[in-house]
Amino acid sequence: MMVSEATGMSKLHMAIFAVLLAFLVALPFFVYPVFAMKVMCFALFAAAFNLLLGFGGLLSFGHAAYFGGASYVAAHAAKVWGLTPELAVLCGTAAAAVLGLVIGSLAIRRQGIYFAMVTLAFAQMIYFLALQLPFTGGEDGLQSVPRGRLFGIFSLQDSLPLYFFVLAVTLGGILFLYRVVHSPFGQVLKAIRENEPRAISLGYDVNRYKLMVFVLSATFAGLAGAVKSQVFQLASLTDVHWSMSGEVVLMALLGGMGTIFGPLVGAAIVVSMQNYFATFGAWVTVMQGVIFVLGVLLFREGLIGVLSRWLKRPL
Amino acid sequence: MMFELLGIPPQVLMGQLLLGLINGSFYAVLSLGLAVIFGLLNIINFAHGALYMMGAFVAWMLLNYFGIGYWWALILAPLMVGAFGIVLERTMLSRLYKLDHLYGLLLTFGLALIIQGLFRNYYGISGLPYQIPAALSGGTNLGFMFLPNYRAWVVVASAVVCFGAWFMIEKTRLGAYLRAATENPTLVGAFGINVPLLVMLTYGFGVALAGFAGVLAAPIYSVNPNMGADLIIVVFAVVVIGGMGSIMGAILTGYMLGLVEGLARVFYPEGSAVVIFVIMAIVLLIRPEGLCGRAA
Repeated sequence: MMVSEATGMSKLHMAIFAVLLAFLVALPFFVYPVFAMKVMCFALFAAAFNLLLGFGGLLSFGHAAYFGGASYVAAHAAKVWGLTPELAVLCGTAAAAVLGLVIGSLAIRRQGIYFAMVTLAFAQMIYFLALQLPFTGGEDGLQSVPRGRLFGIFSLQDSLPLYFFVLAVTLGGILFLYRVVHSPFGQVLKAIRENEPRAISLGYDVNRYKLMVFVLSATFAGLAGAVKSQVFQLASLTDVHWSMSGEVVLMALLGGMGTIFGPLVGAAIVVSMQNYFATFGAWVTVMQGVIFVLGVLLFREGLIGVLSRWLKRPL
Repeated sequence: MMFELLGIPPQVLMGQLLLGLINGSFYAVLSLGLAVIFGLLNIINFAHGALYMMGAFVAWMLLNYFGIGYWWALILAPLMVGAFGIVLERTMLSRLYKLDHLYGLLLTFGLALIIQGLFRNYYGISGLPYQIPAALSGGTNLGFMFLPNYRAWVVVASAVVCFGAWFMIEKTRLGAYLRAATENPTLVGAFGINVPLLVMLTYGFGVALAGFAGVLAAPIYSVNPNMGADLIIVVFAVVVIGGMGSIMGAILTGYMLGLVEGLARVFYPEGSAVVIFVIMAIVLLIRPEGLCGRAA
């Protein structure tokens, strides 16, 4: 029982994913597809971040670097090199993986609070590069990125084909991350999170595992950012700003760190909040701050964490 | 000093070094506050930048709403920011001491968002001017460069405050209690010292330092809700480079990196924004615990 729950997909989770898929297939016929696509991109971003924090126990405060970095590279690949959407997304994702490897191998040399500060500082460096490098368009970012033809065949001009492309990529990414968490690799991660000295004494090369999970997390954060640049036809400084790193932390905290579905719920709430309260200006920032404070003081398990405790099932 | 160094006119070099020294003064005061707080509370105060901004705003408000000038603001603003910090510590931070230290970071990040968002709502982001006090306006010609009096004052004032804080922590009885409580709070409490009070005052003091830096900064940079947000990230890098093990280390690293940044602005202007982060990467490679840090 325990083994199958640890490494296979439980029936409950399979059912939830099936319902989610059905819901997402129907969704564009009821809500504005671009909004739904934004939520899906951020859900993948939050899930990738949660792999690192919730399962690896590593708080990165600089995930905007991979999300935004990939968004810039993918936008550049589609706009300047004229690549098809899937290749542009691949370029962005690969760039995020390389960036994650470089920053991750430096950051894992420090633990805890220092790790968070190091990742934040490197992300700020990426922000300055995005502001200054010749190909990034400075304050304007990269605008009017063409949507192109998927595999050179299917036009993604219209929202609906684009929507299903985004759905396939993001849900595929989320399922892959689910698989990672429930693999033997994921079990080792949990062991390191719970008791690092013991994992070392059991013979695991802890730093290698930490670096691997960091690179994986950065890669999928990059995948989310690359897809987002194709949806909005835009890569901008917002994507690499520290407030973006803060937002993804908020999504994970609000939904429930270390849960499977928490980050997805958190992403949906945070993105909807921005969307519907956009006219309130800086009050959105204040509200996000209040959710952070309340979340840390009263509600550390997050929404799905609480639900999971009530139902006595891991969600 | 009429010669040129590597093709750089001495006025330019000295000017940028002065600018670097001023930035370094802010890095030093802010990283000192972070180190003091971290030592006792084990919390990285993400709200430090927001409280620095608040110090500048309190000075601006005192002047514009109450007609209270710079010199009183230099005393009142840190006290008010410190008192605000004590409220935060009592009502929120004190609930987190038994939890993972990361929660302190998340909580103070939320507080920073709230404070910055509120000031942005009421004062916009265009920035408000704050006059240099009359006694410090103008400048002095040193022969090789023109030194604005206010900038000289910033360097002197921050150096005096840093030295004073170092002296208090390392050389006085109160500082000895503080250092002892950093090492072993339970034992210090058993000797009859009120550790929670010490923790509260330490947070108030660290935060007041940020408020003081904010008042110093008000006449140089325009008073702006976002003024602390980007600064605090650079200060984090400074803290990673220096390590938070020693008070003097935090101060000296702050000044040194300010100067390095100034030099970068002379010799390689494109890289000046990222030079501190590059140094951080190098330090992580060769001495991961930081220049003055203790190995974990």
